Amino acid sequence: MVLNNIENLLERYDNAETTLQEEAQLRAYFSSDNVAPHLEHYKPLFVYFTNTQQEAFTKDVPLNTKKKTRLYQWISVAAVAVIMLGIMIPQAFGPSEQEKEEALLAYNKAMDALSLISIGMNEGKEQLNTLSLVSDNFENGRQGASRLNEFNKAKSRIFKNN
Amino acid sequence: MTQADFVSLVMPFKDKVFRLAKRLLVSREEAEDATQEILLKLWNNKQKISDYNNVEAFSMTMTKNFCLDRLKSKQAQNLKIVHSNYQDNSHSSLQKQVEARDSVDWVSSIIETLPEQQKIIVQLRDIEQYDFAEISKMLDMNETAIRVALSRARKTIREKLTNTHSYGIK
Repeated sequence: MVLNNIENLLERYDNAETTLQEEAQLRAYFSSDNVAPHLEHYKPLFVYFTNTQQEAFTKDVPLNTKKKTRLYQWISVAAVAVIMLGIMIPQAFGPSEQEKEEALLAYNKAMDALSLISIGMNEGKEQLNTLSLVSDNFENGRQGASRLNEFNKAKSRIFKNN
Repeated sequence: MTQADFVSLVMPFKDKVFRLAKRLLVSREEAEDATQEILLKLWNNKQKISDYNNVEAFSMTMTKNFCLDRLKSKQAQNLKIVHSNYQDNSHSSLQKQVEARDSVDWVSSIIETLPEQQKIIVQLRDIEQYDFAEISKMLDMNETAIRVALSRARKTIREKLTNTHSYGIK
């Protein structure tokens, strides 16, 4: 009777006509120890279904809130702002056209003054040249005087010998 | 929605998501990654969660789509084949235990050879025990088509199992 019922259920099971309750009945029958020998080959199927049902997901899932990524976004915004300011500030506060002209004028004046000084310097250097000429003549004179000295020594020796 | 609310919402079906992912992706690691991905997606859209009338069915659909996408993508080419860890609770003899373990592993590899569609339906019906209305919602198929596919899958499994059992043909 029971066996008949099970065979009937299996037939309907293969045609996918069983309800969930009937399938539970089949599972219960095949997980017991007294399975009819000619139905033995169905056993692993239902044992497998029952076993697989117990497999669980054990891994932890990190449920982060999104704060971190937002912080990075703001840092990049700040970096862009800093770069923009770095470019804008020198342009906004740099010298105007008028200031540039004044600076050029002052530079030219300074150059003029400096070239005047350089001309004076060159004149002074020429005078120094004449001075060195004088010093050369003086040296010649000194050499002439030393020759006169030699002459005097020789002369005194002659007079001693006389 | 706080983290605790979310966890208690997800708790009842996260294992089902994992098992479906494992059925499709075979490798345990891949399935864990997929489950994590799906739970994170749910968490990131937690504002919208209350709009879904059935979060569980929605998640199962998401899992199915996600896993099929993964199978199509190139990343899936280095999938590892790992058989499920089978635990034998029966107190039969060692010989019988070894035999049972072999045939139970064999069931898992038979299911692996089924087409994706049938794999999903067998998983949802025979392992997770959803009724046909729920499955049709998850897979967006009509119930008759599901019954036909399930019947084909069950017959294929039975045929292969009978062959193995009677003649040892694998």
